[in-house]
Order: sequence, then C-alpha cells, then structure tokens
Amino acid sequence: MNEHRANIKLPIYLDYQATTPLDPRVLETMMPFLTETFGNPHSRSHQFGWEAETAVEKARDQVASLINAKPKDVVFTSGATESNNIAIKGVGRFYKDKRNHIVTLSTEHKCVLESCRALQQEGFDVTYLNVQENGLVDLDHLREAITDKTVLVSVMAVHNEIGVIQPLKEIGAMCRERGVFFHTDAAQAVGKIPLDVDEMNIDLMSISGHKIYGPKGVGALYVRRKPRVRIKPIFSGGGQERGMRSGTLAPFLCVGLGEACAIAEKDMGADNERIRNLWNRLYEGITSVNDEIFLNGDAENRYYGNMNLSFAYIEGESLMMGIKDLAVSSGSACTSASLEPSYVLRALGVDVELAHTSIRMGIGRFTTEEEIDYAVTEINENIRRLRELSPLWEMAQEGIDIKSIEWTEH
Amino acid sequence: MSYSDKLIDHYENPRNVGAMDKNDDSVGTGLVGAPACGDVMKLQIKVGVDGVIEDAKFKTFGCGSAIASSSLVTEWVKGKTLDEAGAIKNTDIAEHLALPPVKIHCSVLAEDAIKAAITDYKDKSDAADADSKEEVA
Repeated sequence: MNEHRANIKLPIYLDYQATTPLDPRVLETMMPFLTETFGNPHSRSHQFGWEAETAVEKARDQVASLINAKPKDVVFTSGATESNNIAIKGVGRFYKDKRNHIVTLSTEHKCVLESCRALQQEGFDVTYLNVQENGLVDLDHLREAITDKTVLVSVMAVHNEIGVIQPLKEIGAMCRERGVFFHTDAAQAVGKIPLDVDEMNIDLMSISGHKIYGPKGVGALYVRRKPRVRIKPIFSGGGQERGMRSGTLAPFLCVGLGEACAIAEKDMGADNERIRNLWNRLYEGITSVNDEIFLNGDAENRYYGNMNLSFAYIEGESLMMGIKDLAVSSGSACTSASLEPSYVLRALGVDVELAHTSIRMGIGRFTTEEEIDYAVTEINENIRRLRELSPLWEMAQEGIDIKSIEWTEH
Repeated sequence: MSYSDKLIDHYENPRNVGAMDKNDDSVGTGLVGAPACGDVMKLQIKVGVDGVIEDAKFKTFGCGSAIASSSLVTEWVKGKTLDEAGAIKNTDIAEHLALPPVKIHCSVLAEDAIKAAITDYKDKSDAADADSKEEVA
C-alpha cells in the first residue's frame, strides 16, 4: 500500500507538542550526574557539592543565553506547569494589596487558566480575553482590558494546540508602558522561535525541558530582577533558587535542560528551515487532493512545527483510529471523557461541527521526509474512506446544507 | 483508549456501507444524532412484503465506536421482523462491542437509528395504504 513502508519505523511520532524525544546529545551530558557526580548542589562544604553546583550554574547560563537573560534571573522548576503556577500565583499574591487584576486569554493552557481561577477564589478579578479567528490577541482589546488595578498580563508565546505566535514585543511594550508585569508561557516557544526577554519586555517566562528535546520533570522560570519582579513562593523550605523555589535541585535534569537549550540556540535556524519544508510537504500533500480541509490558527504568525487541521465531515477520533500508524492528537471531543470539543478551537469561533473534526500534528527535529510522505498517504486514504462512510459528506455532495437540517442534539 | 477486537474489526471493515433510495416505499430511513455532538448516523432498512428486513445500509459520521455500533446493527437487523429489530437494546450493542463507559451513547444512538428507520418505514407504508384506499374508494 505504501512504498515507503520498508524504510520506516512505525508508529511515526507526530505529536511534538505533547512531548519531544530526548536528544541523544542531551542524554550524554546528563549521564554522569546519574552516576559518579551525585552531589547536592546546595552542599557548600565539599567537592561533591561544588561539582554539582558548577554543573547547575553552567546549565543556568545556557538557559539564560537562549532567551538573552541574566543567569541569576533563571529559576529551575519541575516544568512549565509549576513555572506558570509560581508566576501567576506568586506575583498575584505578592502584590495583592495594591493590585488585584489579571489579564489573560481564554485560549491559554489549563495550568494558566486554573492558576487564575485559584486567584479568583482569593478575591482577584481576572479578565479572560477572547482571541480573533486566527487565534491572535487583539491588541486594542488587550489595551482596553488593562486597568490601574492590573498586576499581570499572561499570554502564551506559541500556542500548544494551534501553534500561533502572539505579538510578544507589542504586548511587552504595552505592559511596560502601563507598569504591568508581562508573563509568557513559552513552553512551546523556547528554542523554537527567537526570544529576547529585554527586547520583548518579558518579566516572567515559563520554560519546559521536555518540549525542547530535554528531559521531563524539569523546567525553568525566568523572573526579571531589573526592574524587579517579586514573588510569594508556593513551596516553603530551605530558600533555594533565590527563595522562589525551595527544594534540592536535580543536577542531571538541570544539566539536561541546559544542554537542550544550548543545542536549540545552535540549531534553531537549521531546524526551523527543515521543519518549515516538512510542514509545506504535509500541508500540500493533504490539501492538494482533498477539499474542505481547514488550517486552525493563523497561517503566517505560527511555529511550523504545529499543524492543526479540521477535516470537514470526518470525526476526529475516527480519523485517528484510521491513521493508527501515526501518533497524533485530536481536538475532537471523543478522545476525552468530557465529550466537549476543544475549548481552544471553540474560542477561535471554529464551528462546533468542525471542531469535532480536528487533528493536531506535530513536526520536530527528528521527523523525516519519508515519514511525512507516509503520513500523507495514510491520511489521504483515510479521508477518502471515512468521507465515503459519512452521511454528512453524502449530503454535502447532494448540495444539502447541513445547517438547514433540524438535528436532535443528544 | 483501547478497544475490543470486535469493535476494531467493525471500524476497519464496516459492513453494509451505502445508501438506498429513501423515496422507495419499502425503504425506511433513520437519521439520528447531530454534527454538533460529533455523531450522525444514517441507517436504512429495506422491508420485504412479509414484513422481514431484507437489507440494511448505513453511513456514520462519528468516532470509531459510533461507526462500529451502526455497522453491527446493520448485521443484526437483517432477517428480523420490524418488531424483532425494534426490540434490539443498546445494552446488547454495548456488550457485544465491549464499549467503554464514555462511549455508551454510541450504542444508544444506534438503537435510536433502528427505531427511527422503522418509524419512517411505517409512516410511509401507512401513507401508501391510505393512498391505495382512496383509489379504491
């Protein structure tokens, strides 16, 4: 069925937004810290501790360098979820008496939205701004939403589901002008697009290890010191990481994150060019032979490692079952317990019917042309098969407007 | 989500996919569900003069469980009288395919599709009877 099958290891990983494989170069740097170099980086009285500390500080430099930050402004955490929690709850709680309003987007990651909800329980006001149809924030709406009481604006840099890049520089400038802190969840952006905390006036940035070919279980939070951003820590403890995140660091994880950042800084240009070509190949391969395939999220302002498509008349999970050799994820309801389609696609104004037909595909550092060609063949064959099976496709072919039918919602 | 072999078989090799002429008086068509809910099933039955279902066809927009449930019922209704077909319970479908709890609604929809097809057939034949009586009168 597929001439490429012989050369390809199945299943093919196309879910780089969920996680990325560990780069072998990263693993290599981590290994010694799982064996002979086992010291506690916070031990000040002997060489074991000093060695571990040196390694952690090198990693901190590497993380900082990638986003043009000062190393001292980088705090290691367990991942972007923790970083987002510390940033939002930490800033909110510290400044609560003076300012108690937060602005974010309705399309943010659940850990941002839930952190905001937690603050609402503590008496904060939160504005959840809707986005435009292309997934981007309307800067005029953002400007109007900021008040004298606003302490923080939190906007994701690259979107996990639809890949759009928000206008960070413009948002940062606006926040600086109004004296509001700007936090960005950059879990999907770090190492993928150029980021500069000074140029973009970013005050806090959440970073994840495992989205950038580093290990799971580690991340970082950039917290600006000049002008100073203060945080009420979530963890009580020994005051490590400038008091913002107590707990013994895991040097092997920090080293892994650092190396992943160093590789990304070096390879970003070449990676992105390759990924862009693969994106075009996949997109052309599908849309050149099929009608009514829709790209979700802006076509230009995006990271091309992400492709979220709606396949009209085909329910997303049934397509995923068909393309079982491809590891992708669905924006449709049927893969989740809630049976509600993606809140992100709904926020974009994607019809609920179409939201049920969406699939997210991720292209990354280790994706090959052969894999993309294989994927195109699989996807196209299943589109044909499942549309043949779809009563909605049949109606569309007969010229019946599906919206004109009185459906019984169940 | 992990599915039973029977379910996967019906998804990969769906039985009786297709369409029959919905204007044919011997054909009953059931269209249930809603695109907004992510499931639409169209089930058609062709009923012989003896009141036995001779043939069944389906098309489904929905997840794998929805496709498998509708494929399965096209097999089950064939050779049954309308009363027998109308007695098929969603729980039988769910049990046969070992549907996960979150997918039980797919079997409910398949049961609804059978009932809707039977109702459509009966409405049409009642109307046809009424027409023929008028002709006699």
